Amino acid sequence: MQLTINGIRYDLNSDPEMPLLWALRDILDIKGPKFGCGVGECGACTVLIDGEPIRSCILPVGDVEGAVTTIEGIANGENLHAVQAAWLEHQVPQCGYCQSGQILAAVALLNTIPDPTDVDIDEAMTNLCRCGTYPKIRAAIKDAAKMLGDKS
Amino acid sequence: MSRLGTITRRSFMGLGVAAAGGLAVGYYMYRKPYANPLLAMASEGDAVFNPYVKIAQDNVITIIAPRAEMGQGVHTTLAALVAEELDVSLDQIKVEHGPPAKAYFNAAMIVEGGPHPFFDESFIAEVTRGTMNVVGKFLAMQMTGGSSATIDAYVKMREAGAAARMVLIEAAAIQWGVDAASLSVSAGIITNPADGETLTYGDVAQAAAVLEPPTKISLRPRAEWKILGRSQPRVEGFEKVTGGRIFGIDVQLPDMLYGTVKMSPRFGARAISVDTSAALEVNGVLDIVPVETTTGSGFGIIAENTWAAFQGAEALEIVWGEAPYPANTDDIRAVLDKALNAKPDFEMGGKGNVEKELANTQPGNIVEAVYEVPYLAHATMEPMNATAQLKDGKLELWLGTQGPRIAQGACAQLLGIEIEDVTVNTTRMGGGFGRRGEIDFSLYAAALAAKTDGRPIKVTWTREEDTQHDTYRPIAKSRFKAGISETGEMTAMDVDIATASIMTSLMARTYSSGPPPGPEKIMLEGALGQPLTVPNVRFRAHKADLQIPVGFWRSVGNSYNGFFHECFLDEVSEHAGKDPLAFRLSMMNDDEHHPAREALKKVAAMANWGGNLPAGKGQGIAHTLSFGTWVAQVVQVDVSDDTVKIEKVWCVADAGLVLDPENFKAQMMSGIVFGLSQALDQEITFSDGEVEQSNFYDFDAMRMHQCPEIEVELLENSPRMGGAGEPGTPPSTPALANAIFAATGQRIRTMPLSHSIDFA
Ligand code: FES
Ligand code: FES
Repeated sequence: MQLTINGIRYDLNSDPEMPLLWALRDILDIKGPKFGCGVGECGACTVLIDGEPIRSCILPVGDVEGAVTTIEGIANGENLHAVQAAWLEHQVPQCGYCQSGQILAAVALLNTIPDPTDVDIDEAMTNLCRCGTYPKIRAAIKDAAKMLGDKS
Repeated sequence: MSRLGTITRRSFMGLGVAAAGGLAVGYYMYRKPYANPLLAMASEGDAVFNPYVKIAQDNVITIIAPRAEMGQGVHTTLAALVAEELDVSLDQIKVEHGPPAKAYFNAAMIVEGGPHPFFDESFIAEVTRGTMNVVGKFLAMQMTGGSSATIDAYVKMREAGAAARMVLIEAAAIQWGVDAASLSVSAGIITNPADGETLTYGDVAQAAAVLEPPTKISLRPRAEWKILGRSQPRVEGFEKVTGGRIFGIDVQLPDMLYGTVKMSPRFGARAISVDTSAALEVNGVLDIVPVETTTGSGFGIIAENTWAAFQGAEALEIVWGEAPYPANTDDIRAVLDKALNAKPDFEMGGKGNVEKELANTQPGNIVEAVYEVPYLAHATMEPMNATAQLKDGKLELWLGTQGPRIAQGACAQLLGIEIEDVTVNTTRMGGGFGRRGEIDFSLYAAALAAKTDGRPIKVTWTREEDTQHDTYRPIAKSRFKAGISETGEMTAMDVDIATASIMTSLMARTYSSGPPPGPEKIMLEGALGQPLTVPNVRFRAHKADLQIPVGFWRSVGNSYNGFFHECFLDEVSEHAGKDPLAFRLSMMNDDEHHPAREALKKVAAMANWGGNLPAGKGQGIAHTLSFGTWVAQVVQVDVSDDTVKIEKVWCVADAGLVLDPENFKAQMMSGIVFGLSQALDQEITFSDGEVEQSNFYDFDAMRMHQCPEIEVELLENSPRMGGAGEPGTPPSTPALANAIFAATGQRIRTMPLSHSIDFA
């Protein structure tokens, strides 16, 4: 099996039934995607595949088609992605465990809707945060949208 | 690690000031500080100043924050205490959890364990607090919980920073041959104003560490603070937005194996038979081993990766024994009911004569209500996990734990090795909420590590295993009765609360012992000790004997008693024909109640309480004093489309002194979302002795689309410093139930509220 993750090509000979999440974490040692539920309910394991947010805990690694981006792959070298910068600015993370997934879900949202409304945010941001950082996530997304808008 | 070249020095003496409240008995022992655990661990060239500060030759300054960072920002705040006095900025330092050690005891955690309300300044209360402090040190509880971390550290850690700064300056003065008082210091650089010469802390650290520590330490007055009292960026913020490998589940070691556990789904039961053949056939599964511990009995799966371990667990065929408690929720509730109607186990904190007063009250002026809450799981975002390696008789653990010393002792006992042969590395935690003070996940990793021929093993629980093997927030039921005078004053309040004993459950699984003697105050906290002027009150606790593991869940007893008490006050105000806010204010007449009155008034102003709300909307109010912090909240709901939408929460918190306002507010927000999540369908129920819920599809929490706007303001009227992590939770649920009553006229007295009404 061949996989492209964060622009790097990997050869993998694990069980094709193994969920992408565990292939990333246990085989390739890419620890950004987190395990929360294993059934697609929480979003802690979110990665982007060709820009789409995908819950990697329920996707067999053998079925992956397209380029995978994890939280490790969204910054441009030393420069954080606007969403990460906004997250820091608003001090969004508490325990931080859900935030890789939240950030990637937000990146995907802003790629499709550059200036999201509250309803857009409600619909796109379905990931669980047990620390209750939702109000800060909402504010940070709006700020990131502004930052990205100013740049283009 | 080599101890050669390590500069040692006498133990740090700075505990004296914190000890000022101690009793004469055992005073000497108490004053004698514990050994500095950093000395044994220092690398060559490290200068160790006290248990909290380490400076390397290359000027790397490490501050030990010996409390669990599980999202509450405690590392930032604890580091700020040291940095403030050490005169360095937060970006100049590294923060570490530190090793398990007696020196890092947490006295504040149990200091409020006595029977006196937080604001009772009377002699006896002060004496009890002093005694409790001493007990705290002897038990050497290095525990994060009870929202106590900052209170405990407030003096200790600032003194640690100041003491280190003073000897560093002195060392520079000796090197330059000048008077220490003539030198200035800023951002870790010592300057001699006479000639402009400078030295870094790293330059003089080695020389400074051998100097006599100062005997008199004066701490900076608040007006001169540069870091404290201001919001700081989280020290671990960057790692948390870049997918940093900081959690227990991220631990990766050479040659590591992976595992999981399948423990008896009936607590206290064992397997009657097991068929491992299908599990052993799973590709990547290496071994299945029995696991017998004080926290549970079952099997461990050792595998080449986590996925294989999970599949192996699923393929195990096990017949489990019977549960030693009623098998279904209805029968469990019957036990609770029976306890509530039986003789109380203890009575605490009452006054006047409730029975007489109620007997003299007209039946029409008596209000009575019964409330109930279910078992709840913690559902931390990061499932339980731990990594362990047993090699040459020594155990090393990598854990996200709220209690490293307890885990260390329990694992040593399980494996029959000495405590000194157990090393604990504490990682960051993906949520704790009280769950990560337990020892079960550490024990299971240790048990599996004994079967891997010296290879390390990371043991990760499935979400299902986590949900079904928690130490739950106990089920609780209460009866409240009040008498109202002809003029609408509450003249008596009689409170009976039935719940399971957390201490009995905790002590049995952790120390195989009985509960500590004396009344278990946490059963009543949140109803007991609230600012309320009622001439006749009685609080009685009834223990329900249920062998289902229960534990500390964010705000503990306050999580249910706050709901009961504040819903009840709303009901009494209705019978008295008074506005819920005005009614509360009229009953907070003691001087000590000042912070509560101010918090309520301020939150009411923020919410425009009593203003004209559009049809279909309602506001509810509540106040709970818990962990030394006074928190008033108003919740606003909209029910115009027959579902309840929680629109907005206003919150005013008074913790006396707040060291990091932004972080404190974030903790309030988090506590509110955590509290409100209960109302939305959270419950743990039993069937056939097993927990019925298993994953987020049947035990969920609030999501983005349900989350209200939250506005938090802080006050500083309280005379003592309170906690941040938990006090936001208790008033949120009663304020919500009271808002639903205001909007619909429906009183809901049972959690989750979603049983009685639909949420949007
Ligand atoms: S771990 Fe994948 S959605 Fe929860
Ligand atoms: S920050 Fe802890 S779960 Fe989201």
